[in-house]
Amino acid sequence: MQINRRQFIKNLLTTSVSVALLSFSKISLGKWLVSDFSHRSIDITLKELFPNKTIQNSRKIKLKLPKTAENGNVVPITISSSIDNIDTIYILSEKNPVPLIAKFTLDPNLEAYIGARFKMQESCDVIVIVKAGDDFYQTRQYVKVTIGGCGG
Amino acid sequence: MANRSTIKIRSKRFSEHTLVRTLIAHAMETGKRKDQESGDLIPAHFIQTLSFKHNDKLLSECQMGFGISKNPFFSFKIKQANAGDKITISWLDNLGFSDSKDHIIQ
Repeated sequence: MQINRRQFIKNLLTTSVSVALLSFSKISLGKWLVSDFSHRSIDITLKELFPNKTIQNSRKIKLKLPKTAENGNVVPITISSSIDNIDTIYILSEKNPVPLIAKFTLDPNLEAYIGARFKMQESCDVIVIVKAGDDFYQTRQYVKVTIGGCGG
Repeated sequence: MANRSTIKIRSKRFSEHTLVRTLIAHAMETGKRKDQESGDLIPAHFIQTLSFKHNDKLLSECQMGFGISKNPFFSFKIKQANAGDKITISWLDNLGFSDSKDHIIQ
């Protein structure tokens, strides 16, 4: 197969971009994955973060989150839970360009408690997922955003 | 450089836990905002990982995207901590900048 110049340049670009991405993620910190924080829909994010996992709805996760956020740039959230042995907490915003906001690992000497502030692009559900060993639990709350964050 | 640290840490001991709050000075640029004068896009610049240590033991590692607000705020509750214990918070961003600060629980 003959490769013309256009094709060659295209290949070259694709390769260099992926190499750059790979080395980028390696240098910054091994565990921070570009793929976790890429632009995609909430469905794909959930599918890739929790492949083949059943996430049960739980009332044992308490969210302190405003019903209406006047400023989408700063939405305060406080998460606490009575579920035992939580080792990871995920915060997701359904309609943000990058749905995964943050994930926290928790040592047993920490209470199941996290406070943070995040951005919301528009009104949507905020989803909090906790991992306790092999079990996954979630809760969600709708937040109305008056002025959107993420750019503005 | 102590006064110029980007990290502020406050702690308060309660009977059942110790509350630690931290505030970090960081732009957390999404890469989608435009410079108001030139109209150019401001490049993405955001903290990727934050680590929270208690007496040099890692209690929490937080990985985040630019969905975290400008000047990030976080709070944690330690179950067992004593006066004199050391808290260390450090962060690393996507451009390779980093900072770290120690705090002694009173």
